[in-house]
Amino acid sequence: MEEVLRAEHLSKRFPGVLAVDDVSFSLDRGEILALVGENGAGKSTLSLMLSGIHKPDAGTIFLEGKPVVFNAPVDAIHAGIAIVFQELSLVGSLSVAENIFANRQPAGPGGIIRWDELHRQTSEFLRRFNLHLNPRQLVKQLSMGQQQILEILKAISINPKVLILDEPTSSLTESEANYLFENIRKLQKQGMSFIYITHKLSEVFQIADRVMVMRDGKHVGTRQVSEVTENDLIAMMVGRQITSLYGDAEKSRGEEYFRVEGFTQPGAFEDVSFGVRRGEILGFFGLIGAGRSELARAIIGMYPRQSGRIFLEEQEITIRNPRDAIRHGIAYLTEDRKGDGLFLSMSIRENLIAPSLPSFTTPQGLLDFRRVETFTENLTQAFAIVTPSLTKKVSNLSGGNQQKCLIAMWMGINPRVILFDEPTRGVDVGARAEIYHKLRELAHTGVGIVMISSDLPELIGMCDRIIVMHQGRITGELARGEFSEERIMTFAAGLHSQVSLEVNHG
Amino acid sequence: MVKKGSLILRSFRSITGFREFALIIVLLVFGFVMSLTSPVFLTKQNIEAILLALSVEATIAVGMVNLLISGGLDLSVGSTLAFTGVVTGLALNAGVPVVFSILLGLLAALGVGLANGLLVAKMRINPFIVTLGTNMAVRGLLLVLAQGRAVLNLPAEFTIIGQGRLFGIQYPIYVMLALVIIGDFLLRNTRFFRQNYYIGSNEKAARFSGINVDMVKVINYCIVALLAGVAGLMITARFGSASVTVGSGTELRVITATIIGGASLSGGEGSVLGAFLGALFMGILANALNLLGVDVYWQNLITGLILIGAVVIDVVNERRKNQATAKS
Repeated sequence: MEEVLRAEHLSKRFPGVLAVDDVSFSLDRGEILALVGENGAGKSTLSLMLSGIHKPDAGTIFLEGKPVVFNAPVDAIHAGIAIVFQELSLVGSLSVAENIFANRQPAGPGGIIRWDELHRQTSEFLRRFNLHLNPRQLVKQLSMGQQQILEILKAISINPKVLILDEPTSSLTESEANYLFENIRKLQKQGMSFIYITHKLSEVFQIADRVMVMRDGKHVGTRQVSEVTENDLIAMMVGRQITSLYGDAEKSRGEEYFRVEGFTQPGAFEDVSFGVRRGEILGFFGLIGAGRSELARAIIGMYPRQSGRIFLEEQEITIRNPRDAIRHGIAYLTEDRKGDGLFLSMSIRENLIAPSLPSFTTPQGLLDFRRVETFTENLTQAFAIVTPSLTKKVSNLSGGNQQKCLIAMWMGINPRVILFDEPTRGVDVGARAEIYHKLRELAHTGVGIVMISSDLPELIGMCDRIIVMHQGRITGELARGEFSEERIMTFAAGLHSQVSLEVNHG
Repeated sequence: MVKKGSLILRSFRSITGFREFALIIVLLVFGFVMSLTSPVFLTKQNIEAILLALSVEATIAVGMVNLLISGGLDLSVGSTLAFTGVVTGLALNAGVPVVFSILLGLLAALGVGLANGLLVAKMRINPFIVTLGTNMAVRGLLLVLAQGRAVLNLPAEFTIIGQGRLFGIQYPIYVMLALVIIGDFLLRNTRFFRQNYYIGSNEKAARFSGINVDMVKVINYCIVALLAGVAGLMITARFGSASVTVGSGTELRVITATIIGGASLSGGEGSVLGAFLGALFMGILANALNLLGVDVYWQNLITGLILIGAVVIDVVNERRKNQATAKS
C-alpha cells in the first residue's frame, strides 16, 4: 500500500502538560485508521497539529513523502488534509450550496457570485452522495443529523487526500450513521484516507482497517482491527485491565418511596408513571425523541407538564421549579454538563457549593468560608477529582473530572432521589469505572437513582430495573434477570406493547 | 399565507427573507391606512420629508447591517458623523477647497473606523467596549477642535450637497437610495461581502474556510465609519453648519432599524434591504404620529415596543420551529 501521511516524533507541550509525546504513525492511501484513547490522551491535539491549527513543538509531518509545515489551517487544507469537528460550523441563514462552497463560490468579475453555476455544482455534488436536498434550502431548516452529514460533505467537497473525522456520529441516528459509513467506504475505494476519532469502540470494528491507541500523549500501539478485541483496546487505553467496570449489584432493595404519577405533556411524554425503591438504580432507555430527558426535567420543574403528581415518602409534594425540587432533595444531573450543568468560568470550589449555597451561609447572610473549604476538600477527595487546586476553573478539567464535579456538587443538598441524565457521556473508561462505583455507593446509602442513558451495556451493567420509553410512552419494563439488548431495543422501537410482554411472560 | 395569483407578492417572497416580506406588507398596510386618515400623507412634500429625515440613519444602516452580520457592533457612528462635519467645516472656514475639505472629513471618519477595527480584530477587545470608548473619545475630540461651538457660515459650494435638488428632490435622498441599492447588491451577490455571514455565524470555521477574518473585520468598521462620514457631510451641508451635538443617539436608532429589519446582535443574519425597511418603518411611524397629532414623546415608547416585539416574534418562531424538528 502506498503511504499518504506519516508523522515522525511529533510532540506538543501546553503549560503544565505534555499533550502529545513523541508520536509517530503512518496512514496509507485509501485506509481508514481509527484513533482511540481516553479523554486527554492527546487525540485532539494530534489531529489539530495534522490540520495546521496547532504547531508541533518537535517532529515532522510528511505528506506523500514530502515534509510539510502548516502555518495556518488553510495551508493544511491546500495540502489536502481536512478536519471535521463535532461542533457544527455551518451558517444557518445561508443555503446548502453556500455552506458547501463556503468562500469558494464560483464567481465572475468583481467577485460577483454566479448563482446558477453554484446551484448546478451543488446539485451535482449532492447527487454523487445520493442526498436529496435542495441547494437553495436554508441550513437552519435541516435536522441536526442532516446538518452533521452536510458538515462532513462540506469537508469532502474540497477533495482532501486525508479527512480527519472527530466523533462524526455523535448526533446521528442509526440510519444516518450507516449512510455515512457507506459513503466513507465509497470514498475509501476512490483513494481517500481517513483518520476516524471515536469513543464508540463498536464503530472501530464497523469501519476501520487499523486502530491506533493513545494514552497520556503517547502512541501505545497500532493494530489491525481484525486482530484485536474490544477488551484488548480498553486495556490498551487505560493501561490496566478493568476487572469489573460496573461493580456488583446490591442484593436487597428497600420499599418504594418515590413515585411519579400520570405525567403528561403533549408532544413530549404521555401518562408516565413509575416508582423508585430505596437504594435502587432504575434505568430509563429510549431512542432520541422518546421523551426521557423531558420527563426528568418536568419532574424537577424545568419543563412544562400538563398533568402529573409526585409522591415522596407517602406525601404528595408540589414541584413548580428546581428550587422546590432541591428543597425536597431531588437532584437532576444534566446530560449537558457544559451547557447547563457547570459554571465553566468559575472555580471548582464555587461550582461544588452552587446548589447548596444557603447551607453555607452564616446567620448574617455571609459565606462561611471555613465550612466551604472543609466541605469542598472532602468532596474532592471522596470523588477523586484530579486537580492541583480547587481554585482552578472547571473548564480546565478533563471531561471525566468535570462529570465527577457535577455529581459531587449535588451532594451538598443531601439528595434523596438522583435523576442522572447520561452519566458517562464523553467520559473516558477510567473515570467511568469511578463514576459507576460512586453511584453504587450512593445507592448503598439508600438513595434511589434514576439513570437515563443511551448506552445499553451501561444500563444492563448497572441497573436493577430498566424502563423503556418510545415516543413519550413507557413501552416496557424489565427486571434485572430479564435484560437483553434485543428485548430492550424492541420496546424502544415501539414494536411491542406492555400487554404482549405480559403474554410472553404470563 | 400568500394567495394564489398574487404573483408579485410571491416573487417578492422568493427574493426576500421572511422578515423583509413581513415588513413590506406591514409598510403597505400602514401606508394605506395613513393615506385614508391623513390627506397630507401621500403628498410629495411629506414623502420627501420622511425620506430626508431617515436618510442619515438609512445611510449608516447599510454599513451597520454589514457589520452586525459579521458579529460586530459600532456605537461610535453618532460621534463619527459629527466629527466629519466639524472637521470639514473647520477646513472650509480655513479656506481649504471644498473637495479637499470633504476628503479631510472622510479621512477623519476613516481614522475612527480604522481604530475601531484594529482594536477589535487585532487586540481582540469586545466591540461594545471599543466603540463605547471611541464614541466618547471622538465626541470629546471634536468638542476640543470646535471649542464647544458649532462651525457656522459654511460656503454655498459646500451646502449645495445637502440642499441641492435633482428633479425637485434633495440630493441626500439619492445618495441614500444609491447606497442602499449598491449595498444590497454587494451583500447579496459578492464573495467578499458574503464572507461576513460565515464570520458572524462561526468565526473559527470562517478561518478554516480560508477567510482573512481580521482584515474583513477592519474593513467592516472602516465602511460603517465612512458611511457615518457621508451622513455627517449631508447633514452638515443641509443645515449649513456643523453642530457639535448632532448625531448623539444616532447609533442606537441605526441599530434599532437593522434589528427590526432582521439582523441579529449575535451575527450571521440580516440584509441591507431589511435594514432599509426597518429605517423606513421608523421614519413613517414618526411621521404618522406627527400627522395624527400624537405627542412626540410617544414615539420612543412605540419604537421601543416595536423593536422588542419584532425580536419576540423571531424568538417565538424559532422556538416553534425547533419543537417541530425535535418531534420529527
